[in-house]
Amino acid sequence: MTSVLRTEGLSKRFGDFQVLDRVTLQLPQGARHAVIGPNGAGKTTLINLLTGTVRPTAGEVYVESERVTSLRPEQRVRRGLVRTFQVNNLFSDLTVLESVLLAACERTGAALDAWRALTTRTAEIDAARATLRLLKLEGAAQVRTRDLAYGEQRLLEIALALACKPRILLLDEPAAGVPRRESVALFEAIAGLPGDLTVLFIEHDMDLVFRFAQRITVLVAGAILTEGTPREIAGDARVKQVYLGRAA
Amino acid sequence: MASLLGVLFDGLAYGMLLFLVSVGLSVTLGLMNFVNLAHGAFAMLGGYVCVVLMQRWGVPFLMALPAAFVASAAAGLILERVLYRRFYRRSHLDQVLVTIGLVFMAIAVATWMFGPQQQPLRLPGALSGQWTLLGVDLNVYRCFLLVVGALLAWTLTLVLERTRFGAAVRAAVDDARVAEALGVRVTLVFQLTFAVGCGLAGLGGALGVEVLGLDPTFPLKYIVYFLLVVAVGGTGSLKGPLFAALLLGVADVAGKYYLPQVGAFILYAIMVLLLIVRPQGLVARA
Amino acid sequence: MRLRTGWLEVLFWSVLAAGYVLWPSQLPFASQVLIAGLFALSYDLILGYAGILSLGHAAYFGVGAYAAGLLAAHGWGEPISGLVAAGLVAGLAGLVTSPLVVRGTDLTRLMITTGLGLLLFELANRLGAITGGVDGLQGVEMQPLLGAWRFDIYGRTAYGYVLAVVFVLFLAARRLVRSPFGLSLRGIRGNPGRMRAIGCRVDLHLAAVYAFAAAYAGVAGALLSQTTQFVGLDVLSFSRSAELLVMLIVGGAGLLYGGFVGAAVFMIAHHYLSSLDPVYWQFWLGAGLVIIVLLGRDGILGFFHRRRSSAASAP
Repeated sequence: MTSVLRTEGLSKRFGDFQVLDRVTLQLPQGARHAVIGPNGAGKTTLINLLTGTVRPTAGEVYVESERVTSLRPEQRVRRGLVRTFQVNNLFSDLTVLESVLLAACERTGAALDAWRALTTRTAEIDAARATLRLLKLEGAAQVRTRDLAYGEQRLLEIALALACKPRILLLDEPAAGVPRRESVALFEAIAGLPGDLTVLFIEHDMDLVFRFAQRITVLVAGAILTEGTPREIAGDARVKQVYLGRAA
Repeated sequence: MASLLGVLFDGLAYGMLLFLVSVGLSVTLGLMNFVNLAHGAFAMLGGYVCVVLMQRWGVPFLMALPAAFVASAAAGLILERVLYRRFYRRSHLDQVLVTIGLVFMAIAVATWMFGPQQQPLRLPGALSGQWTLLGVDLNVYRCFLLVVGALLAWTLTLVLERTRFGAAVRAAVDDARVAEALGVRVTLVFQLTFAVGCGLAGLGGALGVEVLGLDPTFPLKYIVYFLLVVAVGGTGSLKGPLFAALLLGVADVAGKYYLPQVGAFILYAIMVLLLIVRPQGLVARA
Repeated sequence: MRLRTGWLEVLFWSVLAAGYVLWPSQLPFASQVLIAGLFALSYDLILGYAGILSLGHAAYFGVGAYAAGLLAAHGWGEPISGLVAAGLVAGLAGLVTSPLVVRGTDLTRLMITTGLGLLLFELANRLGAITGGVDGLQGVEMQPLLGAWRFDIYGRTAYGYVLAVVFVLFLAARRLVRSPFGLSLRGIRGNPGRMRAIGCRVDLHLAAVYAFAAAYAGVAGALLSQTTQFVGLDVLSFSRSAELLVMLIVGGAGLLYGGFVGAAVFMIAHHYLSSLDPVYWQFWLGAGLVIIVLLGRDGILGFFHRRRSSAASAP
């Protein structure tokens, strides 16, 4: 089985503090992979290392067979490695469509065109609208981001990433702050993403994790405690003890 | 050799002045992340208060100095409450615009009240003249500046490191929100620090009439020097600006003495280079 | 994006073209306003659209002014090629300095641009043998425009020349801000971190617009030295950069026309207030700035823009 995203011994140390300790992961194409763990386990650091905003102290990141460890974040985006943020990280002055267009134009290289009008970029506009349709945001296309409801802003987070046409989508607590009823809908939207897209997500809500993940990695204090299918994880005594035990 | 020592001495005295004037700017920048381009206006105010007190009311120099401090600190306190406070959370662009606006207003008011000319200052007899030590001529007033500057720097360090107020300032510089949660009254700390910073600028302005000169364009003319001190020294500490100000003082005096044809060019070049190499300042905060 | 070609735009340029009839005795002053407007437009591209806070934009204005002035003083008095050359030189200067400017925060940008501006000013000051130093560059002599129109003392040729150049450059800037690149600049201004996360090479985009704006500033400077046939050291001064910021903010940043409106208001107010008393001018300039920022920094155009859009959204 070839993996689309692979890490080898990924480690990060801040001063004396080992945030991430030799994390090795393999995600095959189309995976729906959850990373869970108590607060401070290093989940967001893992995403930062994968996208390149933080440099690892040791270890490697591969996309397909290419080593991307020394690439800058925007170069990794071009390799198909795209993330969303736990806290909304949007363009509050732009409309929803403009925001998604930004990503679409970056992907096609249109963003360097300073001469032709944006309105003539039909390919990018169609792609942006298609992305919005996928997340049921097309009705809000002309709404300014800052006027958008919170739940829709969470969807726009994902839409921005999707408009980059990722091969691997990294979702950092996509449903953070979203009420229960909406978070299920949000995860159903995620589940409805194209099957060949590889998704790695961080989520606190165990019900959502067990419902939508095919495999789960449990991070504790920066290291992998165990990895397995939801059934295996649910039956693992150590997980119950360090994680579920504490949460329940 | 004698000239080298003389230049070093003059440069250090000049640096002390720069430190006094700029330290408030660099601390408030670190504390409130507020770009106060009008900082020089408070120094100018101190200068004018000193000159007016001495010329019109015959107040002795050493009495006029604390008055300059108090006047500038009071002006800082009022402006902080009325105007500056509204801009702590606004963008740097807004801060730059408002404080440049204040600079223009200050220049206009100073011109209207005192005219565009340089203000003369008659130093008391005890502070004028020269001492000769080991063959080097030492200007008495510059010795005085060095002593006053060193004393003030030492006092400030003590206040910052040994007092409750100092601890509150340091906590607020570190992380205002955490400090607030720990019971530090951050708004009050901001206000007092700002006032003290302005007061020190005023004192520096008064002490500097003899060295830096005093005319209405003062706040604009020396903006670069204040920014330099901040750029080189980093923000939010005392050691950084002190070190930076002394370095700049010596560099500027030496440049003017040894390479007069190059002038301020070297200073600006150093500033740009430093900003490129160490954008956080030479003495960066951990 | 939101602005379409409206009757207001047509009116704006028509009025300027009618300047020969509307203000025939003020043509030299009107040329100066247009030049300042072009300079402010250049600044709008980096501040209003890309969000680069600079207090040293006069550096590029001055480079262009000296480039054009020196060419003409050394025998190359053909205006259009001189203008192009000056724009290229200033654009190159912008490109070379852009890596220093585009990285870093507002504060470092502010200090770097201030430092670069002062550095250039001192350089021009010290190189008196070439630039004329504080006395200014003498002997700038222009040949007739297109070989046909002499630069007359009433400024008729100069006005037409300036207006034509400004109009062409305005059209190009208008295309730029409505292009995908223009959108990416607005994205960068709003949230550079997220732009990186969607694959944008932020520094490259910023460097490109910075160099482009520098070329515009250079052309503005060149227009000034060509039409006044003189280059003073003040083209590089800090106060020129600071006044530029004021003009743009008065007019409204990020709206393309704000620079022109701001330049006109600024220069006319300057003209009248400082003829009363220079001190008045400076005081009200400062007070005006404080008030504008207190009111939310929309500028004149921003104010009308907001009123129009709120009127449009009302039932």
